[in-house]
Order: sequence, then C-alpha cells, then structure tokens
Amino acid sequence: MRNLTHLKIQEKGTIKGFTDETLSVKLMEMGCLPGAEISLELIAPLGDPIAIEVAGYKLSLRKSEASCILLEEM
Amino acid sequence: MSTKGDLKIALVGNPNSGKTTLFNLLTGLKQRTGNFPGVTVDKKSGRLNLPNGERSELVDLPGTYSIYPKTLDEQVVQEILLDTDHAQHPDLIIIVADASNLKRNLLLFTQIRDLNIPIILVLNMMDVAERRALKIDLRGLSIDLGVKIVPTNSHSGDGIDTLKDVITQSLVKPKRPFYDVRPLAENTIDAIKAEFDIADDYRAYQFAQQNVRLKFLSEENKAKIEDVKRENGFYDLPTQSQETLDRYALISDIVDRNIKKSEPSKRATLSQRIDRITTHKVFGYVIFLAILMLIFQAIFSWGDTPMDWIEASLGSLSELVKTSLPSGVLNDLLTDGIIAGLAGVLVFIPQIALLFGFISLLEESGYMSRAVFLMDRLMRNFGLSGKSVVPLVSGMACAIPAIMATRNIESWKDRLITIFVTPFMSCSARLPVYTLLIALVVPDETVLGIFNMKGLVLTALYLLGFFAALISAWGMKLILKTKHKGYFIMELPGYKVPKWKNVGLTIFEKSKTFVFEAGKVIIAISILLWVLASYGFGDKFNNAEEYVRLELPNDTSEQEFETKLNAYKLEHSMAGSFGKLIEPVIAPLGYDWKIGISLITSFAAREVFVGTISTIYSIGADEEDQLTITEKLSKEINPKTGKPMYTMALGFSLMVFYAFAMQCMSTIAVVYRETKGWKWPLIQVAYMTAVAYLSALAVYNIFS
Repeated sequence: MRNLTHLKIQEKGTIKGFTDETLSVKLMEMGCLPGAEISLELIAPLGDPIAIEVAGYKLSLRKSEASCILLEEM
Repeated sequence: MSTKGDLKIALVGNPNSGKTTLFNLLTGLKQRTGNFPGVTVDKKSGRLNLPNGERSELVDLPGTYSIYPKTLDEQVVQEILLDTDHAQHPDLIIIVADASNLKRNLLLFTQIRDLNIPIILVLNMMDVAERRALKIDLRGLSIDLGVKIVPTNSHSGDGIDTLKDVITQSLVKPKRPFYDVRPLAENTIDAIKAEFDIADDYRAYQFAQQNVRLKFLSEENKAKIEDVKRENGFYDLPTQSQETLDRYALISDIVDRNIKKSEPSKRATLSQRIDRITTHKVFGYVIFLAILMLIFQAIFSWGDTPMDWIEASLGSLSELVKTSLPSGVLNDLLTDGIIAGLAGVLVFIPQIALLFGFISLLEESGYMSRAVFLMDRLMRNFGLSGKSVVPLVSGMACAIPAIMATRNIESWKDRLITIFVTPFMSCSARLPVYTLLIALVVPDETVLGIFNMKGLVLTALYLLGFFAALISAWGMKLILKTKHKGYFIMELPGYKVPKWKNVGLTIFEKSKTFVFEAGKVIIAISILLWVLASYGFGDKFNNAEEYVRLELPNDTSEQEFETKLNAYKLEHSMAGSFGKLIEPVIAPLGYDWKIGISLITSFAAREVFVGTISTIYSIGADEEDQLTITEKLSKEINPKTGKPMYTMALGFSLMVFYAFAMQCMSTIAVVYRETKGWKWPLIQVAYMTAVAYLSALAVYNIFS
C-alpha cells in the first residue's frame, strides 16, 4: 500500500486513509482529509522530517507520522 | 458569566493567524503576564478600551488548531471555555482566522461557536487573501456561519476600530449550533446534560470526549462520565473522527459558495524559493550556523556596553547610598545586600532584550520553524527537539535568557530536558573564573607548533560543557516518562517581513517578566548571602578589630588595615564558619576552607568567586587587577604539604567544578519560574553539583 513517504519531491498524491487512529484525528484537524490532494515539498537534509503542501499551506511531519497517511493508488 | 463589572474577552485562533499581532494592536503596552489559575501556563492579558467607555480584559489564549488539545498550552483553551466557573471564562470570544487559509481555520471556529458563548469572527490577513486573488463574500459567509464577521489587516491596522465597535454590540449567543452533534451520541449527551445541568449539546458532548483531561472535574465526576460512556457505547476517537469529517464537509460547502478564486493562484512563490535555500543540504546548515553565530556574537559584544553602564550606574548608586546614609547595618544591607542583588538582576537585561529581539525576529519572519525542521532529526538522538538548538546556543552567553527561550518548545518533555541541560553550556560568567585559574596553573606553552596551551584549555572547558549537556539530555530521555505521545506535526508558515511593534513588545514583556519574577528570588538570596557573610558569632567576629590590630605591625596604613579587617571578618562570619564546616567534604578535591567560603558566596554567581578569593587573601581594594591576585595566589603555600597551594591538580579540579556546578542563583530562580515549582531546580542543583563534585574529584586525583 502506497503511503506518503513513497512520494518523490514535488510529486502529488491523494489521501485515501490512515493506519493510526489517534494520529488520523490530529492530521484531519490539520486539513489532511481523505480525498485531499497533497504534494511532497521538502525533505530535511537528514531525510527526516518532511514537509507537504496540503489545504493551501505547508505542513511538516516526521517520517514515522507520514507513513500513517495512505495514498490512492495511481 | 462574569461576576465583576469587567467584560472578559478571549482571543482564540490558529497559530500563525496573526492573533498576537491583533492582541498587540488592541492592547498596546497595557499588557501583563501571569499564570492561569491552577495551570502551569502563562497568561497574557491586557486592557482593551471600548468606544462606549466600558472596561474590558482581553486574554490572549495559546494558539490551537482545534478544541481537542495536543499540548499543555492548548489544554488551557479547552479548560477555560468548557468550565463556566473558571475565573477567566469569557463573556465574549473573538476567533481570529487567516482569511487566506480559511477552510482549516474555520474548524476551530465551528467547534467553539457550538459552545454557545457570544462570538465574533475576525478574518485577519485580508491583504494576503487579496494578493492570492481570493474574492470573499463577507455577507454570505456571515449568514452561512451565523456570526458577525470583521475583516482586518493586522499589518496595517485596518479594521481594528470596526472590531472595537462590534465588540460593544455583540454579546448575543448564536441561536442554534452550527453542527448538530446530537446524532453522534444522543444518549450520552442527554445523560451528561441531566447529571451536570448543562444546557448545550456540544458542551455535554465535550465532557464525554475530554473527561479524562478536564482538570475542573472531580475524580468522582470523571468516573460518572466514564460510566455513562460505557453504558451507551461511546468511543472517543471514532466519534471525534466523524465529527471532524462532518464539520469539514459543512465548512467546505460554505467556503466554496462564498469564496471565489478569480484565477488559479500561482504559488511557486518567493516563500517556496526561499525554502529551497534555507532547507538545502549544505546551505541550510550554513545559513543556520551563520544566524546562530550572529546572535551569539551580538549577545556577547552588543550586550557588553549597556551591561557596563548598568553595572557602573548601580555602582555609583551604591556609592551614593554608602556615603549619604549613616554607616551601619541598614547602610550595609542596602548597598551590599539589596543593591548588589539588584545589580545581579538588572545586569542581564541587555542580554535578555537582545536575545528575545532575535528570537522574536526569527519567529515573526517564519524562519524559526525552518530551523526546527532542519535540526529535529539531529537533536532527537539526544532526547532534544529541533527547537532546543536556540536555547543551547544562547546558553553560551547566559543561561537565563536561554532558559526563557525554551518557551518556544511545545512538548513539555523536550522543554524540560532542554531547561535541565542548558546551564551546562559555558556561560560568560564562567570566564572570569576560568581566566584566573588558567593564568595560575596552565603553563604558557605552545602545543603542536600553533596552539597555545591556555587557549586549548579554555576551548576544552567549553566543549566539556557542551558534551555534558548532550549526555545529560540523553540520560534524561531514558529516565523521563510522559503520558503524552509527542507529535511533530508543525505548520511551516509563509515567510513575512517582521512587525517591529511585535518585536519591541516581546522584548519589553520578557525583560519585565524577568526583572519582576526572577528578581524577587535573586534579591532574597542576595540578602541571605549578605547576612551569612556579614554576621558571625563569637569573640573573634565581634572584636575583629582588636585581633587584627594585634596581628599587624604598628606602621600599617589605614587601607591595609581595612583590607585585613574585611578578610578577618569574612573568615569568622557565618559564611566563613560554613566554609570551615564543609572543609572535610571538599578536602578530597584539594580545597581548603578559603576556597570553601568562595564556593558558598559564589553560589550567588560564579564570577563572585574572584572577588571573594581576593577578599579572603586580603588583596588590596583593586579587585580588577588580576595580576595581583595571580601573584598572591601563586605564592600561597599548602600548610599540609609545604608546597604551593594552587597546583595544576587544584586548578583543574576547580575549573571542572565551576564548569559543571550550578553556581548561579539567577538560573535557579529562572528554572523555578519556568517550571513553576521547586522540584526541578532542586533536582538540577543536586544533579549538577554531584556531577561537578565527582568530576572535580576525579580530575584532582588524576593530576596529583
């Protein structure tokens, strides 16, 4: 199953769901809703954390958190 | 509802929505900082003068993305809004939303609106929305959301007067909830409404969602709610999830109906281009290091001159008091106790002001979150977070502003670890001690052709502090347990030009807080130390003059006599007695009672060591002249061995002791203030003193 960490920089994806219930509520509050389009914007020099563009703003999160966000298959 | 006459207004909103700028515009200098009753979070409040002459108090609540808190700060928002008996429970809520990113900002709005408290929606940053070519139908939005809307631009101040007018006429509760929560948990809501006499569905629903966290509920009531939830099969997370999805669906419709984008926004913008540089693999770190060095330099060099002024003017004040008041206990207490203590507080103002000026600039411009983004992975190895970097570096100038800078760290565990380890960083107060001891015991030799031995030792001492901080942080990471799982979901706001008024107000407010809060404790300890150093028991202290006269030849000058007398009195004072009392404890480190006294007095601040040493060895009034101290000390003979007292072993042992021990009451006072209790400063003093003692013991034995 494809998740957010599989995106390449500047690549777009659509949120399908989450693998962690607690985290999913926090992420949804921040605008990461199922069906929302996200794109990978930045990767920190040491590979973690990453930053995505979602709902018109930039959001940074750690890879462990990003792997909870599942994406629609292309 | 408020029982007093003053109208209580709360400012609520997402972080980066311009809430604080709005708060500053509305209140200006009429702000103060305090604690929220019963919680360990700072409260910023200010007086807001309304056009109709009514008095009102505006409270700036911590920024939050929803009514479900993630951090301790955010918990305050929920606590105040849900507890109708809370002293700060508002009569009116102003929700600040970023007009250019309305969808996400409206989630919090709809949740708070359903608590049935009079509410106004401020659409801030209208200028940004315009730049992004967003056409907002304010009338339509106002009708759909069922709230009065005031558009503002906190950069120019547009809309502020309108907002004040609207406040005076807005104490009307919304007629019906925005989102009907009833279908999600009908039975649970009804049971809680009956049990706690609550009128609104959403408030009752929140009791069910948050019962564990709400501090104002008794354990008994929490258990009651738990029972209700179990009986009705209410599960927190799935319901919260459903609520969030439903709210967003409603918001989405409304936003689509009332906000039109006239052209697809081209946002491969300046902000994006700057980010490509600031988070670049190489340049990212180069820029970050350059900024840190600039701050470090500034605190060191720009802070110096005003610090000298402050010291000089308090010196003259002390001199003035000393000469104009009749000499006696009161005079001594004023000059050597209170004014000396005051000087210890005020002298840090330039460093605090500069540091917070820089931090505020970095926050305002949006760079701070990038630095955090850049450093997070690295710092995590040691139990710190990206945000710990700034305090650690500023700790090399002074631990006091550095510890205050940890407020930018959201996770309490990360923040506590940072506060705990920051005093290990070699601050500028250690320098006088290091220089004196290095001059005494380190030979002036060249190592490997280029390095000066003295310089190497100094560098080593700085590195020692840095590694002690990292290792201690790593240890604490293993020991400390937290209930809250730490998230790192952080918004990277767009870059913007900082607003000078905000920077100025931050500097003013932080300096004021430091002077009043830390100042109280520092002055109290100063007075205590003064008492210890100026009073003693027994014949030798009370008749010191006679004893000194007996010891000295007849042709001694008056000044020399005074010097000897001071040394003699200090030796037989309570501080002196303590010094002798602790001699057995410090003897293994190679210290005698004279160093013991210095250890005790320099508990106030490390640099006091030099002054005390010169008094106790009765070196003339010219304390500044380190050459005399060095000469005098190098001649000092250890009575036990008959060899020089200040050997390399003793010197290094003392240096290591001063590198690690928490010899700084100002830092203790600040840790007390920032952790809101004595637990952590006491653990910290014990830990750092233990590390200092054991390392000094090891060093003394290795070198002797």
